[in-house]
Amino acid sequence: MKMELLYEINSGVTTAMKFRTLLRHIREGTKNIFRNGWMTFASIAAVTTTLILVAVFLALVLNLDQMARNIEQDVQISTLIDVTADEDQIVQLGEEIEQIDGVAEVQFSSNDNELSKLIESMGDEGQAWSMFEQDNPLNHVYIVEASVPEETEVIANQIEELDNVENVLYGKEVVEQLFQFNSYARAIGLALIIALVFTAIFLISNTIKITIIARSTEIGIQKLVGATNSFIRWPFFVEGALLGILGSLAPVAVILGGYYYIYNNFANVVNFRFVELLPFDPFAWQLSGMVLLIGAVIGVWGSVMSVRKFLKV
Amino acid sequence: MITMENVSKTYSNGVTALNDISVHIDRGEFVYIVGPSGAGKSSFIRLIYREAKPTKGKIIVSDRDLSKLKERHIPYLRRDIGVVFQDFKLLQKLTVYENVAFALEVIETPPRTIKRRVQEVLKLVGLEAKEKMIPSELSGGEQQRVAIARAIVNNPKVVIADEPTGNLDPDTSWEIMKVLEDINSKGTTIIMATHSKHIVNTIKRRVIAIEDGVIVRDQQRGDYGYEI
Ligand SMILES: Nc1ncnc2c1ncn2[C@@H]1O[C@H](COP(=O)(O)OP(=O)(O)OP(=O)(O)O)[C@@H](O)[C@H]1O
Ligand SMILES: [Mg+2]
Repeated sequence: MKMELLYEINSGVTTAMKFRTLLRHIREGTKNIFRNGWMTFASIAAVTTTLILVAVFLALVLNLDQMARNIEQDVQISTLIDVTADEDQIVQLGEEIEQIDGVAEVQFSSNDNELSKLIESMGDEGQAWSMFEQDNPLNHVYIVEASVPEETEVIANQIEELDNVENVLYGKEVVEQLFQFNSYARAIGLALIIALVFTAIFLISNTIKITIIARSTEIGIQKLVGATNSFIRWPFFVEGALLGILGSLAPVAVILGGYYYIYNNFANVVNFRFVELLPFDPFAWQLSGMVLLIGAVIGVWGSVMSVRKFLKV
Repeated sequence: MITMENVSKTYSNGVTALNDISVHIDRGEFVYIVGPSGAGKSSFIRLIYREAKPTKGKIIVSDRDLSKLKERHIPYLRRDIGVVFQDFKLLQKLTVYENVAFALEVIETPPRTIKRRVQEVLKLVGLEAKEKMIPSELSGGEQQRVAIARAIVNNPKVVIADEPTGNLDPDTSWEIMKVLEDINSKGTTIIMATHSKHIVNTIKRRVIAIEDGVIVRDQQRGDYGYEI
Protein backbone atom coordinates (compact mmCIF):
# COMPACT_ATOMS: atom_id res chain seq x y z
CA MET A 1 0.00 0.00 0.00
CA LYS A 2 2.77 2.40 -0.77
CA MET A 3 0.84 3.98 -3.61
CA GLU A 4 -0.26 7.46 -2.77
CA LEU A 5 -2.39 9.93 -4.62
CA LEU A 6 -1.70 13.61 -4.47
CA TYR A 7 -4.64 15.85 -4.08
CA GLU A 8 -5.35 19.37 -3.00
CA ILE A 9 -7.06 20.45 0.14
CA ASN A 10 -8.78 23.81 -0.41
CA SER A 11 -5.99 25.56 1.46
CA GLY A 12 -3.64 24.74 -1.35
CA VAL A 13 -1.65 22.49 0.95
CA THR A 14 -0.85 19.33 -0.91
CA THR A 15 -1.56 16.24 1.10
CA ALA A 16 -1.12 12.63 0.21
CA MET A 17 -4.30 10.61 0.19
CA LYS A 18 -3.65 7.07 1.21
CA PHE A 19 -4.50 4.44 -1.37
CA ARG A 20 -6.67 2.75 1.25
CA THR A 21 -8.66 5.96 1.66
CA LEU A 22 -9.13 6.26 -2.09
CA LEU A 23 -10.50 2.72 -2.17
CA ARG A 24 -12.79 3.62 0.70
CA HIS A 25 -14.21 6.61 -1.18
CA ILE A 26 -14.79 4.48 -4.27
CA ARG A 27 -16.51 1.83 -2.15
CA GLU A 28 -18.74 4.41 -0.47
CA GLY A 29 -19.52 6.14 -3.76
CA THR A 30 -20.48 2.82 -5.32
CA LYS A 31 -22.74 1.98 -2.38
CA ASN A 32 -24.53 5.30 -2.84
CA ILE A 33 -25.31 4.38 -6.44
CA PHE A 34 -27.37 1.42 -5.32
CA ARG A 35 -29.08 3.35 -2.56
CA ASN A 36 -31.50 5.44 -4.62
CA GLY A 37 -32.66 3.17 -7.39
CA TRP A 38 -35.06 5.25 -9.45
CA MET A 39 -33.12 8.49 -9.35
CA THR A 40 -29.94 6.63 -10.22
CA PHE A 41 -31.75 5.05 -13.16
CA ALA A 42 -33.14 8.42 -14.30
CA SER A 43 -29.72 10.08 -14.10
CA ILE A 44 -28.00 7.32 -16.01
CA ALA A 45 -30.76 7.34 -18.64
CA ALA A 46 -30.40 11.10 -19.03
CA VAL A 47 -26.65 10.82 -19.47
CA THR A 48 -27.12 7.97 -21.94
CA THR A 49 -29.63 9.89 -24.06
CA THR A 50 -27.43 12.96 -24.02
CA LEU A 51 -24.31 11.11 -24.97
CA ILE A 52 -25.89 9.10 -27.77
CA LEU A 53 -26.99 12.38 -29.26
CA VAL A 54 -23.58 13.88 -28.70
CA ALA A 55 -22.01 10.89 -30.40
CA VAL A 56 -24.28 10.87 -33.46
CA PHE A 57 -23.89 14.60 -33.78
CA LEU A 58 -20.14 14.54 -33.42
CA ALA A 59 -19.78 11.67 -35.87
CA LEU A 60 -21.89 13.54 -38.41
CA VAL A 61 -20.31 16.95 -38.00
CA LEU A 62 -16.74 15.69 -37.90
CA ASN A 63 -17.28 13.56 -40.99
CA LEU A 64 -19.01 16.35 -42.91
CA ASP A 65 -16.30 18.71 -41.83
CA GLN A 66 -13.67 16.35 -43.08
CA MET A 67 -15.50 15.99 -46.40
CA ALA A 68 -15.88 19.70 -46.82
CA ARG A 69 -12.20 20.14 -46.10
CA ASN A 70 -11.31 17.42 -48.60
CA ILE A 71 -13.31 19.13 -51.27
CA GLU A 72 -11.99 22.50 -50.33
CA GLN A 73 -8.40 21.33 -50.41
CA ASP A 74 -9.14 19.78 -53.70
CA VAL A 75 -10.69 22.79 -55.33
CA GLN A 76 -9.32 23.18 -58.72
CA ILE A 77 -10.58 25.66 -61.22
CA SER A 78 -11.18 24.15 -64.62
CA THR A 79 -10.82 26.89 -67.19
CA LEU A 80 -12.51 25.70 -70.37
CA ILE A 81 -10.70 27.28 -73.32
CA ASP A 82 -12.70 28.52 -76.31
CA VAL A 83 -12.59 25.93 -79.09
CA THR A 84 -11.86 28.78 -81.49
CA ALA A 85 -8.66 29.82 -79.73
CA ASP A 86 -5.43 29.13 -81.59
CA GLU A 87 -2.18 27.91 -80.06
CA ASP A 88 -0.74 31.41 -79.44
CA GLN A 89 -3.91 32.57 -77.76
CA ILE A 90 -3.88 29.50 -75.55
CA VAL A 91 -0.30 30.14 -74.47
CA GLN A 92 -1.10 33.81 -73.84
CA LEU A 93 -4.12 32.85 -71.72
CA GLY A 94 -1.93 30.54 -69.69
CA GLU A 95 0.50 33.35 -68.98
CA GLU A 96 -2.30 35.73 -68.03
CA ILE A 97 -3.72 33.21 -65.57
CA GLU A 98 -0.30 32.69 -63.99
CA GLN A 99 -0.07 36.43 -63.31
CA ILE A 100 -3.27 36.52 -61.24
CA ASP A 101 -2.60 36.98 -57.51
CA GLY A 102 -2.93 33.84 -55.46
CA VAL A 103 -2.56 31.35 -58.30
CA ALA A 104 -0.30 28.53 -57.22
CA GLU A 105 -0.23 26.33 -60.25
CA VAL A 106 -1.49 26.31 -63.81
CA GLN A 107 -1.57 23.10 -65.75
CA PHE A 108 -2.60 22.54 -69.33
CA SER A 109 -4.72 19.54 -70.11
CA SER A 110 -5.68 18.77 -73.72
CA ASN A 111 -9.16 17.69 -74.68
CA ASP A 112 -7.90 14.16 -75.34
CA ASN A 113 -6.46 14.02 -71.87
CA GLU A 114 -9.76 15.29 -70.40
CA LEU A 115 -11.70 12.64 -72.26
CA SER A 116 -9.55 9.78 -71.02
CA LYS A 117 -9.83 11.14 -67.44
CA LEU A 118 -13.60 11.20 -67.84
CA ILE A 119 -13.73 7.66 -69.22
CA GLU A 120 -11.56 6.46 -66.39
CA SER A 121 -13.62 8.10 -63.65
CA MET A 122 -16.84 6.60 -64.95
CA GLY A 123 -15.53 3.07 -64.69
CA ASP A 124 -17.46 0.52 -66.74
CA GLU A 125 -20.09 2.97 -67.88
CA GLY A 126 -17.28 5.17 -69.16
CA GLN A 127 -16.73 2.87 -72.10
CA ALA A 128 -19.78 4.45 -73.72
CA TRP A 129 -17.77 7.65 -74.04
CA SER A 130 -15.04 5.92 -75.99
CA MET A 131 -16.95 6.54 -79.18
CA PHE A 132 -16.17 10.23 -78.84
CA GLU A 133 -12.47 9.54 -79.13
CA GLN A 134 -12.55 10.29 -82.88
CA ASP A 135 -14.62 13.44 -82.51
CA ASN A 136 -13.77 14.88 -79.11
CA PRO A 137 -16.49 17.30 -77.96
CA LEU A 138 -14.50 18.52 -74.94
CA ASN A 139 -12.46 21.68 -74.57
CA HIS A 140 -8.80 22.09 -73.82
CA VAL A 141 -8.52 23.03 -70.19
CA TYR A 142 -6.29 24.99 -67.86
CA ILE A 143 -6.40 23.46 -64.42
CA VAL A 144 -5.70 26.23 -61.92
CA GLU A 145 -4.97 25.79 -58.26
CA ALA A 146 -5.20 28.60 -55.74
CA SER A 147 -2.51 28.82 -53.07
CA VAL A 148 -5.25 29.43 -50.46
CA PRO A 149 -8.51 27.49 -50.95
CA GLU A 150 -10.63 30.43 -49.75
CA GLU A 151 -9.44 32.54 -52.69
CA THR A 152 -10.72 30.12 -55.27
CA GLU A 153 -13.84 32.13 -55.95
CA VAL A 154 -12.01 35.44 -56.44
CA ILE A 155 -9.52 33.86 -58.81
CA ALA A 156 -12.26 32.08 -60.75
CA ASN A 157 -14.07 35.39 -61.24
CA GLN A 158 -10.90 37.00 -62.55
CA ILE A 159 -10.22 34.17 -65.00
CA GLU A 160 -13.77 34.44 -66.29
CA GLU A 161 -12.96 38.02 -67.44
CA LEU A 162 -10.04 36.93 -69.64
CA ASP A 163 -10.24 36.43 -73.42
CA ASN A 164 -10.71 33.00 -74.95
CA VAL A 165 -12.30 31.62 -71.78
CA GLU A 166 -15.50 29.73 -72.50
CA ASN A 167 -16.39 28.82 -68.96
CA VAL A 168 -14.91 28.47 -65.49
CA LEU A 169 -15.90 25.48 -63.35
CA TYR A 170 -15.16 24.79 -59.73
CA GLY A 171 -16.83 23.07 -56.78
CA LYS A 172 -18.21 26.30 -55.41
CA GLU A 173 -21.78 25.21 -54.80
CA VAL A 174 -20.89 21.88 -53.25
CA VAL A 175 -18.42 23.35 -50.80
CA GLU A 176 -20.63 26.25 -49.85
CA GLN A 177 -23.66 24.06 -49.34
CA LEU A 178 -21.68 21.60 -47.28
CA PHE A 179 -20.26 24.32 -45.05
CA GLN A 180 -23.68 25.92 -44.78
CA PHE A 181 -25.32 22.63 -43.83
CA ASN A 182 -22.56 21.93 -41.38
CA SER A 183 -22.91 25.24 -39.62
CA TYR A 184 -26.69 24.73 -39.27
CA ALA A 185 -26.17 21.21 -38.00
CA ARG A 186 -23.62 22.50 -35.56
CA ALA A 187 -25.88 25.25 -34.18
CA ILE A 188 -28.93 23.03 -33.79
CA GLY A 189 -26.97 20.10 -32.44
CA LEU A 190 -25.10 22.28 -29.99
CA ALA A 191 -28.29 23.88 -28.64
CA LEU A 192 -29.89 20.47 -28.22
CA ILE A 193 -26.83 19.00 -26.56
CA ILE A 194 -26.36 21.90 -24.17
CA ALA A 195 -29.99 21.56 -23.08
CA LEU A 196 -29.54 17.82 -22.60
CA VAL A 197 -26.25 18.20 -20.77
CA PHE A 198 -27.87 20.54 -18.30
CA THR A 199 -30.80 18.19 -17.83
CA ALA A 200 -28.38 15.38 -17.10
CA ILE A 201 -26.37 17.52 -14.69
CA PHE A 202 -29.57 18.58 -12.95
CA LEU A 203 -30.75 14.99 -12.55
CA ILE A 204 -27.39 13.84 -11.25
CA SER A 205 -27.15 16.67 -8.76
CA ASN A 206 -30.65 15.81 -7.56
CA THR A 207 -29.75 12.17 -7.16
CA ILE A 208 -26.74 13.11 -5.11
CA LYS A 209 -28.80 15.57 -3.10
CA ILE A 210 -31.03 12.65 -2.12
CA THR A 211 -27.99 10.66 -1.05
CA ILE A 212 -26.69 13.58 0.97
CA ILE A 213 -30.01 14.03 2.75
CA ALA A 214 -30.30 10.29 3.34
CA ARG A 215 -26.85 10.30 4.88
CA SER A 216 -27.11 13.53 6.82
CA THR A 217 -26.91 11.77 10.20
CA GLU A 218 -23.81 9.97 9.08
CA ILE A 219 -22.29 13.18 7.73
CA GLY A 220 -23.10 14.92 11.03
CA ILE A 221 -21.27 12.23 12.96
CA GLN A 222 -18.35 12.33 10.55
CA LYS A 223 -18.02 16.04 11.24
CA LEU A 224 -18.32 15.44 14.96
CA VAL A 225 -15.45 12.98 15.04
CA GLY A 226 -13.17 15.16 12.93
CA ALA A 227 -13.48 14.05 9.32
CA THR A 228 -12.10 16.68 6.96
CA ASN A 229 -14.41 18.30 4.44
CA SER A 230 -12.71 16.72 1.49
CA PHE A 231 -12.98 13.30 3.11
CA ILE A 232 -16.72 13.83 3.44
CA ARG A 233 -17.12 15.09 -0.10
CA TRP A 234 -15.11 12.49 -1.99
CA PRO A 235 -17.69 9.67 -2.06
CA PHE A 236 -20.18 12.06 -3.63
CA PHE A 237 -17.73 12.99 -6.37
CA VAL A 238 -17.17 9.30 -6.94
CA GLU A 239 -20.93 8.74 -7.08
CA GLY A 240 -21.31 11.50 -9.66
CA ALA A 241 -18.43 10.29 -11.78
CA LEU A 242 -19.81 6.74 -11.66
CA LEU A 243 -23.26 7.91 -12.72
CA GLY A 244 -21.68 9.72 -15.66
CA ILE A 245 -19.48 6.80 -16.64
CA LEU A 246 -22.30 4.26 -16.33
CA GLY A 247 -24.40 6.55 -18.50
CA SER A 248 -21.73 6.58 -21.18
CA LEU A 249 -21.40 2.81 -21.52
CA ALA A 250 -24.40 2.35 -23.83
CA PRO A 251 -23.35 5.29 -26.04
CA VAL A 252 -19.85 3.86 -26.36
CA ALA A 253 -21.34 0.53 -27.44
CA VAL A 254 -23.56 2.36 -29.94
CA ILE A 255 -20.58 4.25 -31.34
CA LEU A 256 -18.34 1.23 -31.71
CA GLY A 257 -21.06 -1.05 -33.10
CA GLY A 258 -22.86 1.53 -35.19
CA TYR A 259 -19.81 3.12 -36.72
CA TYR A 260 -18.30 -0.25 -37.48
CA TYR A 261 -21.46 -1.21 -39.33
CA ILE A 262 -21.77 2.07 -41.22
CA TYR A 263 -18.12 2.21 -42.09
CA ASN A 264 -18.02 -1.29 -43.47
CA ASN A 265 -21.30 -1.10 -45.34
CA PHE A 266 -21.31 2.39 -46.74
CA ALA A 267 -17.77 3.64 -46.90
CA ASN A 268 -17.05 1.85 -50.17
CA VAL A 269 -20.45 2.15 -51.78
CA VAL A 270 -20.12 5.83 -52.44
CA ASN A 271 -17.25 6.23 -54.79
CA PHE A 272 -16.74 9.96 -54.93
CA ARG A 273 -13.33 10.67 -53.69
CA PHE A 274 -14.38 13.33 -51.22
CA VAL A 275 -17.18 11.35 -49.56
CA GLU A 276 -14.73 9.42 -47.53
CA LEU A 277 -15.73 8.43 -43.99
CA LEU A 278 -13.17 8.88 -41.24
CA PRO A 279 -11.61 5.46 -40.63
CA PHE A 280 -13.07 3.35 -37.79
CA ASP A 281 -9.68 3.12 -36.14
CA PRO A 282 -8.85 5.60 -34.62
CA PHE A 283 -11.98 7.73 -35.12
CA ALA A 284 -14.54 5.48 -33.35
CA TRP A 285 -12.13 4.95 -30.46
CA GLN A 286 -11.41 8.64 -30.11
CA LEU A 287 -15.13 9.39 -30.20
CA SER A 288 -15.76 6.75 -27.52
CA GLY A 289 -13.05 8.20 -25.33
CA MET A 290 -14.51 11.65 -25.76
CA VAL A 291 -18.02 10.46 -24.88
CA LEU A 292 -16.72 8.67 -21.78
CA LEU A 293 -14.89 11.80 -20.71
CA ILE A 294 -17.95 14.00 -21.28
CA GLY A 295 -20.01 11.53 -19.23
CA ALA A 296 -17.56 11.67 -16.34
CA VAL A 297 -17.39 15.47 -16.49
CA ILE A 298 -21.20 15.74 -16.46
CA GLY A 299 -21.28 13.41 -13.45
CA VAL A 300 -18.63 15.22 -11.47
CA TRP A 301 -20.17 18.57 -12.33
CA GLY A 302 -23.55 17.38 -11.07
CA SER A 303 -22.03 16.17 -7.83
CA VAL A 304 -20.01 19.35 -7.31
CA MET A 305 -23.22 21.35 -7.67
CA SER A 306 -25.17 19.43 -5.04
CA VAL A 307 -22.19 19.05 -2.73
CA ARG A 308 -21.75 22.82 -2.79
CA LYS A 309 -25.42 23.45 -2.17
CA PHE A 310 -26.41 20.71 0.25
CA LEU A 311 -23.21 19.77 2.01
CA LYS A 312 -22.21 22.81 4.01
CA VAL A 313 -19.20 21.18 5.55
CA MET B 1 -7.13 22.94 28.73
CA ILE B 2 -10.12 25.19 28.17
CA THR B 3 -10.19 28.93 28.78
CA MET B 4 -13.02 31.33 28.05
CA GLU B 5 -12.55 35.07 28.42
CA ASN B 6 -15.57 37.39 28.35
CA VAL B 7 -17.42 35.12 25.99
CA SER B 8 -20.88 36.06 24.77
CA LYS B 9 -23.09 34.17 22.36
CA THR B 10 -26.06 35.79 20.67
CA TYR B 11 -27.92 33.66 18.12
CA SER B 12 -29.07 35.11 14.82
CA ASN B 13 -32.63 35.31 16.21
CA GLY B 14 -31.40 37.79 18.81
CA VAL B 15 -31.43 35.42 21.80
CA THR B 16 -28.39 35.90 24.01
CA ALA B 17 -27.59 32.43 25.33
CA LEU B 18 -24.32 33.32 27.07
CA ASN B 19 -23.36 36.71 28.40
CA ASP B 20 -19.77 37.63 29.27
CA ILE B 21 -18.61 34.26 30.53
CA SER B 22 -15.06 33.74 31.84
CA VAL B 23 -13.92 30.36 33.01
CA HIS B 24 -10.86 28.15 33.11
CA ILE B 25 -10.88 24.37 33.15
CA ASP B 26 -7.65 22.47 33.77
CA ARG B 27 -6.41 19.28 32.22
CA GLY B 28 -7.88 16.24 33.97
CA GLU B 29 -10.74 18.04 35.69
CA PHE B 30 -14.27 16.69 35.95
CA VAL B 31 -16.78 19.53 35.64
CA TYR B 32 -20.57 19.54 35.85
CA ILE B 33 -22.45 22.31 34.07
CA VAL B 34 -25.81 22.81 35.77
CA GLY B 35 -28.64 25.28 35.52
CA PRO B 36 -32.29 25.56 34.57
CA SER B 37 -33.59 24.76 31.13
CA GLY B 38 -32.61 27.42 28.61
CA ALA B 39 -29.80 28.72 30.82
CA GLY B 40 -27.16 28.23 28.12
CA LYS B 41 -25.54 24.89 29.03
CA SER B 42 -25.76 23.38 25.55
CA SER B 43 -24.58 26.65 24.04
CA PHE B 44 -21.54 26.53 26.34
CA ILE B 45 -20.77 23.00 25.14
CA ARG B 46 -21.28 23.86 21.46
CA LEU B 47 -18.76 26.68 21.74
CA ILE B 48 -16.07 24.28 22.94
CA TYR B 49 -16.18 21.97 19.94
CA ARG B 50 -16.73 24.89 17.61
CA GLU B 51 -20.21 23.90 16.57
CA ALA B 52 -21.08 27.50 17.42
CA LYS B 53 -18.91 30.60 17.24
CA PRO B 54 -18.82 33.15 20.06
CA THR B 55 -20.23 36.56 19.24
CA LYS B 56 -17.66 38.13 21.56
CA GLY B 57 -14.66 37.01 23.60
CA LYS B 58 -11.85 34.53 23.39
CA ILE B 59 -11.94 30.75 23.66
CA ILE B 60 -8.86 28.55 23.90
CA VAL B 61 -9.23 24.78 23.66
CA SER B 62 -6.14 22.57 23.94
CA ASP B 63 -3.85 25.44 22.92
CA ARG B 64 -6.02 26.47 19.96
CA ASP B 65 -7.45 29.97 19.82
CA LEU B 66 -10.89 29.22 18.42
CA SER B 67 -11.50 32.79 17.29
CA LYS B 68 -8.53 32.42 14.96
CA LEU B 69 -9.25 28.83 14.00
CA LYS B 70 -9.79 28.51 10.26
CA GLU B 71 -12.80 26.53 9.04
CA ARG B 72 -10.58 23.89 7.51
CA HIS B 73 -8.82 23.30 10.82
CA ILE B 74 -12.01 22.56 12.74
CA PRO B 75 -11.75 18.79 12.01
CA TYR B 76 -8.37 18.72 13.76
CA LEU B 77 -9.82 20.43 16.83
CA ARG B 78 -12.63 17.85 16.88
CA ARG B 79 -10.09 15.04 16.92
CA ASP B 80 -8.95 16.32 20.32
CA ILE B 81 -12.49 16.38 21.66
CA GLY B 82 -14.91 13.52 22.23
CA VAL B 83 -18.58 14.50 22.20
CA VAL B 84 -21.47 12.60 23.77
CA PHE B 85 -25.17 13.50 23.49
CA GLN B 86 -28.43 12.65 25.15
CA ASP B 87 -29.66 10.91 21.96
CA PHE B 88 -26.48 8.82 21.41
CA LYS B 89 -26.24 9.65 17.66
CA LEU B 90 -25.33 6.13 16.61
CA LEU B 91 -25.65 4.84 13.05
CA GLN B 92 -28.49 2.35 13.22
CA LYS B 93 -27.30 0.12 10.37
CA LEU B 94 -23.81 -0.39 11.73
CA THR B 95 -22.78 -2.83 14.44
CA VAL B 96 -21.38 -1.72 17.78
CA TYR B 97 -17.89 -2.43 16.50
CA GLU B 98 -18.46 -0.52 13.24
CA ASN B 99 -19.97 2.47 15.04
CA VAL B 100 -16.84 2.85 17.12
CA ALA B 101 -14.44 2.05 14.27
CA PHE B 102 -16.22 4.69 12.16
CA ALA B 103 -14.64 7.47 14.21
CA LEU B 104 -11.17 6.15 13.42
CA GLU B 105 -11.85 5.36 9.76
CA VAL B 106 -12.85 8.90 8.92
CA ILE B 107 -9.60 10.21 10.35
CA GLU B 108 -7.69 7.67 8.26
CA THR B 109 -6.27 5.51 11.02
CA PRO B 110 -4.45 2.38 9.80
CA PRO B 111 -6.72 -0.72 9.94
CA ARG B 112 -4.55 -2.58 12.42
CA THR B 113 -4.62 0.31 14.87
CA ILE B 114 -8.38 0.57 14.43
CA LYS B 115 -8.91 -3.05 15.39
CA ARG B 116 -6.73 -2.80 18.47
CA ARG B 117 -8.17 0.50 19.70
CA VAL B 118 -11.81 -0.46 19.14
CA GLN B 119 -11.36 -3.67 21.10
CA GLU B 120 -9.64 -1.74 23.89
CA VAL B 121 -12.40 0.83 24.31
CA LEU B 122 -15.22 -1.69 23.96
CA LYS B 123 -13.63 -3.56 26.83
CA LEU B 124 -13.33 -0.32 28.79
CA VAL B 125 -17.08 0.36 28.47
CA GLY B 126 -17.90 -3.31 29.05
CA LEU B 127 -19.34 -4.13 25.64
CA GLU B 128 -16.72 -6.44 24.17
CA ALA B 129 -19.27 -9.27 24.09
CA LYS B 130 -21.78 -7.24 22.10
CA GLU B 131 -19.59 -5.86 19.34
CA LYS B 132 -21.57 -7.59 16.59
CA MET B 133 -24.97 -6.25 17.66
CA ILE B 134 -26.70 -3.27 16.12
CA PRO B 135 -27.94 -0.34 18.25
CA SER B 136 -31.61 -1.37 18.18
CA GLU B 137 -30.65 -4.63 19.90
CA LEU B 138 -29.10 -2.74 22.82
CA SER B 139 -30.51 -1.03 25.92
CA GLY B 140 -30.30 2.75 26.22
CA GLY B 141 -27.39 2.50 28.64
CA GLU B 142 -25.53 0.17 26.32
CA GLN B 143 -26.12 2.49 23.38
CA GLN B 144 -24.76 5.40 25.38
CA ARG B 145 -21.71 3.34 26.26
CA VAL B 146 -21.15 2.71 22.54
CA ALA B 147 -21.37 6.47 22.01
CA ILE B 148 -18.84 7.04 24.78
CA ALA B 149 -16.55 4.39 23.31
CA ARG B 150 -16.74 6.21 20.00
CA ALA B 151 -16.00 9.54 21.69
CA ILE B 152 -12.87 8.27 23.40
CA VAL B 153 -11.55 5.83 20.81
CA ASN B 154 -8.98 8.25 19.40
CA ASN B 155 -7.73 9.30 22.82
CA PRO B 156 -9.16 12.83 22.97
CA LYS B 157 -7.84 15.17 25.63
CA VAL B 158 -11.35 16.17 26.64
CA VAL B 159 -14.78 14.58 26.54
CA ILE B 160 -17.79 16.88 26.57
CA ALA B 161 -21.18 15.36 27.30
CA ASP B 162 -24.50 17.16 26.96
CA GLU B 163 -26.95 15.43 29.32
CA PRO B 164 -25.50 11.98 28.67
CA THR B 165 -27.90 10.41 31.16
CA GLY B 166 -30.89 12.49 30.10
CA ASN B 167 -32.67 9.57 28.45
CA LEU B 168 -31.64 6.91 30.94
CA ASP B 169 -33.16 5.53 34.13
CA PRO B 170 -31.23 6.06 37.41
CA ASP B 171 -29.56 2.64 37.46
CA THR B 172 -28.36 2.94 33.91
CA SER B 173 -27.19 6.48 34.62
CA TRP B 174 -24.82 5.13 37.25
CA GLU B 175 -23.37 2.74 34.70
CA ILE B 176 -22.59 5.67 32.47
CA MET B 177 -21.15 7.72 35.33
CA LYS B 178 -18.86 4.85 36.26
CA VAL B 179 -17.51 4.79 32.71
CA LEU B 180 -17.01 8.57 32.65
CA GLU B 181 -15.26 8.52 36.04
CA ASP B 182 -13.05 5.73 34.78
CA ILE B 183 -12.07 7.74 31.72
CA ASN B 184 -11.45 10.79 33.90
CA SER B 185 -9.22 8.80 36.24
CA LYS B 186 -7.02 8.01 33.21
CA GLY B 187 -6.44 11.71 32.72
CA THR B 188 -9.13 12.80 30.29
CA THR B 189 -10.89 16.06 31.07
CA ILE B 190 -14.66 15.62 31.37
CA ILE B 191 -17.24 18.38 30.98
CA MET B 192 -20.79 17.30 31.50
CA ALA B 193 -24.02 19.28 31.32
CA THR B 194 -26.69 17.64 33.45
CA HIS B 195 -30.01 18.06 35.19
CA SER B 196 -29.38 15.18 37.55
CA LYS B 197 -29.30 16.46 41.10
CA HIS B 198 -28.71 12.94 42.34
CA ILE B 199 -25.56 12.43 40.28
CA VAL B 200 -24.06 15.83 41.05
CA ASN B 201 -24.70 15.49 44.75
CA THR B 202 -23.36 11.94 44.93
CA ILE B 203 -20.25 12.07 42.77
CA LYS B 204 -18.89 15.35 44.05
CA ARG B 205 -16.94 17.34 41.50
CA ARG B 206 -16.51 20.89 40.35
CA VAL B 207 -19.89 22.49 39.58
CA ILE B 208 -20.39 25.45 37.26
CA ALA B 209 -23.92 26.82 37.48
CA ILE B 210 -25.25 28.91 34.63
CA GLU B 211 -28.42 30.99 34.80
CA ASP B 212 -29.65 33.24 32.01
CA GLY B 213 -26.33 32.95 30.25
CA VAL B 214 -24.26 33.99 33.25
CA ILE B 215 -22.07 31.89 35.58
CA VAL B 216 -23.68 32.28 38.97
CA ARG B 217 -21.59 29.75 40.85
CA ASP B 218 -18.31 27.90 40.36
CA GLN B 219 -17.54 25.52 43.18
CA GLN B 220 -15.13 22.63 43.75
CA ARG B 221 -16.96 19.54 45.07
CA GLY B 222 -20.18 21.52 44.75
CA ASP B 223 -23.86 20.68 45.06
CA TYR B 224 -26.48 20.64 42.35
CA GLY B 225 -28.17 23.48 44.19
CA TYR B 226 -31.58 23.47 42.54
CA GLU B 227 -34.79 21.86 43.61
CA ILE B 228 -36.31 19.90 40.77
N1 LIG C 1 -29.48 27.39 17.47
C1 LIG C 1 -30.13 28.30 18.22
N2 LIG C 1 -30.70 29.37 17.62
C2 LIG C 1 -31.34 30.29 18.35
N3 LIG C 1 -31.49 30.23 19.67
C3 LIG C 1 -30.97 29.19 20.33
C4 LIG C 1 -30.27 28.17 19.63
N4 LIG C 1 -29.85 27.25 20.54
C5 LIG C 1 -30.27 27.69 21.73
N5 LIG C 1 -30.94 28.85 21.63
C6 LIG C 1 -31.50 29.63 22.71
O1 LIG C 1 -30.46 29.95 23.60
C7 LIG C 1 -30.86 29.82 24.92
C8 LIG C 1 -29.96 28.82 25.65
O2 LIG C 1 -30.19 27.53 25.06
P1 LIG C 1 -29.36 26.24 25.46
O3 LIG C 1 -29.78 25.16 24.54
O4 LIG C 1 -27.94 26.60 25.51
O5 LIG C 1 -29.93 25.96 26.93
P2 LIG C 1 -29.69 24.73 27.89
O6 LIG C 1 -29.14 25.26 29.13
O7 LIG C 1 -28.91 23.68 27.18
O8 LIG C 1 -31.18 24.21 28.10
P3 LIG C 1 -31.67 22.70 28.36
O9 LIG C 1 -31.33 22.40 29.78
O10 LIG C 1 -33.15 22.79 28.15
O11 LIG C 1 -31.00 21.84 27.40
C9 LIG C 1 -32.31 29.40 24.88
O12 LIG C 1 -33.10 30.54 25.08
C10 LIG C 1 -32.50 28.84 23.51
O13 LIG C 1 -33.80 29.08 23.07
MG1 LIG D 1 -29.26 21.71 26.51
